Amino acid sequence: MNWLRNLVRPKIRAISGRDIPEDLWIRCNNCSQMIFHSELTANLHVCPHCQHHRRLTASQRLSILFDDKRYEEIPLPKVHSDPLQFRDVKRYSDRLKDAQQKAKRTDGTIVARGTIDDILVVSVCMDFSFLGGSMGMSCGEAILLASQTAIDSKAPLLAICASGGARMQESMLSLVQMPRSVIAINRVKQAGLPYLTLLTDPTTGGVSASFAMLGDVAIAEPGATIGFAGKRVIEETTKQKTPDEFQTAESLMKHGMVDVVTHRKNVKKTIAQVLRIMLKRAPNA
Amino acid sequence: MRHFLDFEKPLYELEARIEELRNLNEQEGGVNLADDILKLREKANRFLEETYAQLSPWQKVQVARHPQRPHTSDYIAALVDGFVPLAGDRNYAEDPAILCGLGYLDHHPVCILGHEKGKDTEQRVACNFGMPKPEGYRKAARMMTLAGRFQLPILTLVDTAGADPGVQSEERGQAEAIANAIETCLNVPTPIISIICGEGGSGGAIAIAIANKIFMLEHAVYSVISPEGCSSILWGNASKHKTAAENLKMTAQDLKKMNLIDDIIPEPLGGAHRKKKTIYHNVKQTLLQALEELAPLDSETLQQQRTQKFIDQTRQFVKN
Ligand SMILES: [Zn+2]
Repeated sequence: MNWLRNLVRPKIRAISGRDIPEDLWIRCNNCSQMIFHSELTANLHVCPHCQHHRRLTASQRLSILFDDKRYEEIPLPKVHSDPLQFRDVKRYSDRLKDAQQKAKRTDGTIVARGTIDDILVVSVCMDFSFLGGSMGMSCGEAILLASQTAIDSKAPLLAICASGGARMQESMLSLVQMPRSVIAINRVKQAGLPYLTLLTDPTTGGVSASFAMLGDVAIAEPGATIGFAGKRVIEETTKQKTPDEFQTAESLMKHGMVDVVTHRKNVKKTIAQVLRIMLKRAPNA
Repeated sequence: MRHFLDFEKPLYELEARIEELRNLNEQEGGVNLADDILKLREKANRFLEETYAQLSPWQKVQVARHPQRPHTSDYIAALVDGFVPLAGDRNYAEDPAILCGLGYLDHHPVCILGHEKGKDTEQRVACNFGMPKPEGYRKAARMMTLAGRFQLPILTLVDTAGADPGVQSEERGQAEAIANAIETCLNVPTPIISIICGEGGSGGAIAIAIANKIFMLEHAVYSVISPEGCSSILWGNASKHKTAAENLKMTAQDLKKMNLIDDIIPEPLGGAHRKKKTIYHNVKQTLLQALEELAPLDSETLQQQRTQKFIDQTRQFVKN
């Protein structure tokens, strides 16, 4: 079937003759097939040909998760942008400014409160498109804020991870966010509230080695890269190629590291099902 | 055989000259070279003083990684009486990259654990160059829980380039093992005192350094990534390691300024490896004093203090 679609689709475009903006068609970066933008949105940004789960921004993610795409965003405290005055080929403060202008927010992480299948849930959601979803001081504050909001609202906490790890340009100030994030989720657990994680592509480094791996229940999206060390670092250190199915959600499940790997269209339902039982509520009709 | 670092070349030459004169002095009883030797010795000391008073961040990394720098096994041998090494994570394996056990520090029963890099090639390979696998972190967590059960203070010595980056470590859940060690550190009911002795490399270091009191040796380093790793990611190759080391603000002095550590333990002239007795003494005094300060606190206060310490870290950079 795939070869046929591949042939037919661009043809339709040619026949129609109208001026169709380039971004109406998107090429799948996994199977290289062309996908209609509207089809992709309807399919929750999963390729209809190969089921490749494309990365989502935090706001895209939250709107497909919360009922009626509605949620309340809790404003983050502002943090000093670059206390170390870090500079590589570019100033960190400039990198940050660019990312902030592009995203129109001060950090990629969003703290949101809303209902999922009528259950009040607080979520802290990372955004890979914002400096690789890296965890810096702002993200650490977001997780602490989400934890406090969950406790105050007596609501479960859902962490949605999408991160390459700690933010290098904040050095130790970012490394200490690992224990800080663990303190945050510990408080939720101690309050007797569920702490769920949704591990999306990618969840690695200091994020996976802290709050991401401590969920009461861990759900992962198919094909997501989840692990501690980067593939390149491993291959350079061990001078060996990593196996094919390495650090994927599926292989993590095989090795006992996540509970559920499920298609994006089932994620919301799975979260709601688990939470209902944990909160001792009747199943939703 | 003493190992000299690249920036110590003038010292190497002075030491070689001193050695030469010493031999001459012994051979030819007639000429007395004692004065010349003394002068050279003074010159060497002056060089050490001047150089070590203003080491660059990268030079500190080199000192922190010095092969003759005392390791966890050395500190245990020098400071802990009646040490009983304990092994295994009760799950998969024993990991020699983390050394654990029980013993006495000046009559105080303690649990002590730390990264071990090994002294010679054979040991270094056995210890995986101080890079723990998941079983190492699980053993550390097991040991901390054990110490908690018997109200034993926990002393941790940090000295690692980082957690092992390997296929098997990943498959056995390196990330989960580190996360779990962090969680365990936070929940232990007894005092934890950590000393960054050499290299504090990223998540693999902080996994056992969530403590009530955190110290760093004068020339130790502690950061989110190695300067080489940082250089290769941000500059595209490892050649900018010196600039990366400066940017990472990874020295004990930098971290003290940011309130991320409690105090700096002074090293003998020319680094811990040059006068091990002095560093053992300084480390011991620091540990004893910290133990004394934490002794009156009950378990709830200890846990609270440890948690609050980390909540407060980086809060000075949050705007109101
Ligand atoms: Zn596809």
